[in-house]
Amino acid sequence: MSFRTRLFGAVVALMTLAGAPVSAQQLELKVMAPAAPGGGWDQTARAMQQAFVASGVARSVQVTNVAGAGGTVGIAQFVNGAKGDGNQLMVNGFVMVGALAMNKSPVTLEQVTPIARLTEEIQVIVVPANSPIKNAQDLAAALKADIAKVTFAGGSAGGVDHVMAALFAGTVGADAKKVNYIPFSGGGESLAAILGGKVTAGISGLSEYDGQIKSGKLRAIGVSSENRIPGVDIPTFKEQGIDLVLANWRSVVAAPGITPEQKKTLSEAVEKMVKSDAWKEILKQKGWDDAYLAGDAFADFLKKENVRVTDVLKSVGLVKS
Amino acid sequence: MDTFAALAHGMAIAVQPMNLLYALIGVFLGTAVGVLPGIGPALTVALLLPVTYKLDPGGSLIMFAGIYYGGMYGGSTTAILINTPGESASMATALEGNKMAKAGRGGPALATSAIGSFVAGTIATIGLAFLSPYLVDIAVRFGPEDYFALMCVAFITVSATFGDSPIRGLTSLFIGLVLGLVGIDKLTGQARLAFGVPELLDGVEVTTLAVGLFAVGEALYVASRRHHTEEKIEAVKGSLWMTREDWRRSWKPWLRGTMFGFPIGALPAGGAEIPTFLSYSTERRLTKYPDEFGKGAIEGVAGPEAANNASAAGTLVPLLTLGLPTSATAAMMLAGFQQYGLNPGPLLFAERPDLVWGLIASLFIANTMLLVLNLPLVGLWVRLLKIPTPWLYAGILVFATMGTIAAKPSVVELSMLAGFGVLGFLMRRFDFPIAPVVVGLILGPIAESQLRRALAISLGDPMTLLQSPISATLLVVALIALIAPFILKGLGRFKANED
Repeated sequence: MSFRTRLFGAVVALMTLAGAPVSAQQLELKVMAPAAPGGGWDQTARAMQQAFVASGVARSVQVTNVAGAGGTVGIAQFVNGAKGDGNQLMVNGFVMVGALAMNKSPVTLEQVTPIARLTEEIQVIVVPANSPIKNAQDLAAALKADIAKVTFAGGSAGGVDHVMAALFAGTVGADAKKVNYIPFSGGGESLAAILGGKVTAGISGLSEYDGQIKSGKLRAIGVSSENRIPGVDIPTFKEQGIDLVLANWRSVVAAPGITPEQKKTLSEAVEKMVKSDAWKEILKQKGWDDAYLAGDAFADFLKKENVRVTDVLKSVGLVKS
Repeated sequence: MDTFAALAHGMAIAVQPMNLLYALIGVFLGTAVGVLPGIGPALTVALLLPVTYKLDPGGSLIMFAGIYYGGMYGGSTTAILINTPGESASMATALEGNKMAKAGRGGPALATSAIGSFVAGTIATIGLAFLSPYLVDIAVRFGPEDYFALMCVAFITVSATFGDSPIRGLTSLFIGLVLGLVGIDKLTGQARLAFGVPELLDGVEVTTLAVGLFAVGEALYVASRRHHTEEKIEAVKGSLWMTREDWRRSWKPWLRGTMFGFPIGALPAGGAEIPTFLSYSTERRLTKYPDEFGKGAIEGVAGPEAANNASAAGTLVPLLTLGLPTSATAAMMLAGFQQYGLNPGPLLFAERPDLVWGLIASLFIANTMLLVLNLPLVGLWVRLLKIPTPWLYAGILVFATMGTIAAKPSVVELSMLAGFGVLGFLMRRFDFPIAPVVVGLILGPIAESQLRRALAISLGDPMTLLQSPISATLLVVALIALIAPFILKGLGRFKANED
């Protein structure tokens, strides 16, 4: 990683260290964000850095960025370079599951040591304000009538938005194989296509469209959470009779080949970090939902998501079986 | 609130001493990172985000905007002086700017770029203040088919960068188009031409290609020629400042560049590269001194530089009014807004007018600061060219390598830089133009994905390209641009026969 990043990392660490209580157990950690500075994974890594140091769990935390191909480049480097190192962590998330499958990565998520899921973001489906589609059932009817004519705009191919489009179509009984999904780079471009009425519907994380929904330029027809989100006046798909629950989660994993003691130390450190006030404060600021899940439950979750995402991507032809 | 009153209110916020200081830090940092290839304004803002997180939102956003504008200035300095565009938007500037610098006219080239950036930035910021609501309505109407048509216009005007031989120019363009295919296909997520190398999955980085071809290639070429003919670089010839003649030849390109840069920058998928190339080719067509193009024509610097800065202001239109980030830096600024719990978009103007108008007002101030900061530096910069050639080029190589490593620390990236350097050397040696390669890499992937998106939306019906009024108009413009030169030539011959 560049000298600059390190320098800034050090500056941040120092700034936050000044007010940190000293604790007996102090780690020196390295956290890899397998993406360029600025994205969701990078922000998660830097938020962890802040909370680790502020809560006194770690003495110093260094964030490195290894960008490329939805994390494929980063995880390869992590698995090979950090093997057996009990002081290294890597941030990952939903998108990496699909990216690894699509890029036929020789390195898989089974090789890393799962630590914990940290946050999640609920997905939303929106339509332009003047669309005849008023709710999720209308969209389902349109899909069943002629699936090719229903165009979805969202993020990169095989990402969480794409998986959700296919799952939605499959759940309502349309042929998920034929879902007409148009990938755009970044939320901005897809938003323009939706506002301009170029596509039928758009899919993204809720926070990304929040302003447009509140100002009435977009109509939200459903969110992908299990239950209603407090303070958000949008029905879930489940309420509307469509059994679709999905979240764009982010988690943290450790290197392969670490000892059970090392895993325990890291898991405890992450747990302390998650329970710290500093972390709660950051979640509030960034608008992330706490989705802490650790231990075997997280390992199970990771396996299940892997199967689910790979199946969906196979069904839409992005992953050749 | 009336726009004027709002702007005046914004000015009052922007001239607060602390905000002035933030703006100054921003433009200074921006200029510095713009000069270094590889480290662009987007990365800088990303790295500063956690640091600024405890600062006051207004102040840090003002600083980010200063970095953004400053980066656009800084990138052109290296493009002109050492043929190393700091970012892809300064590439068109390098074409004529570096030729001017070598002919001892580096001073006027830097000056016209600084003043042109100031003029364009100011006009475009006025546009941002007054036209945003209207412009944004038009911008979201641009669909994939319209972007494809815009790309067609761009492809045709690119021929202006071909030099003398269309065949050689097309060959270069096709090399660029092939390089553009490398990486994950945006629409299906499948890897193309990556040969199992994970680093290639994200495609070829434009700055790596540009720096390799322009800077490294040129260093190799100069080294190879050293014992043949001593190519003399004149540091300063004539006035260091712009002459009356330079002013006369610069002001129209400045204005025309702004006209390209601002609206295209405001389009959600417009970017800064396309307007710079459109401006370059327009100036080349309209110039009264066609002989000078390719040897250092001041119009070819003035136009693209203005376009480049105007597009930076244009980018802020969709960002502030819709929350649409249309460039990497804008995306980072959006993250900056969100860090303070602010959501740019239709509500921001209503909810936080102090912030929005303070930001817009500080753009005027940042622009003025940049001019004040950059003009005195011109004299210092051109002295760089007095460095003996071997030292200068060795320095350029170090600089290019450092920038590339800073942006992407990987062996693959460095090997690509070296490979592109050799390619650039060979192309110079055998007289192929360089610019079309980079243009192909930039435009090719955009044109491809927009066309495929348009066809996916229309269920495979190509008529969609003609049914959209914007697209149809742009295609007609492209057609005219394509055949007009032939017709004019034919008419010329016809007239010659009559005489």
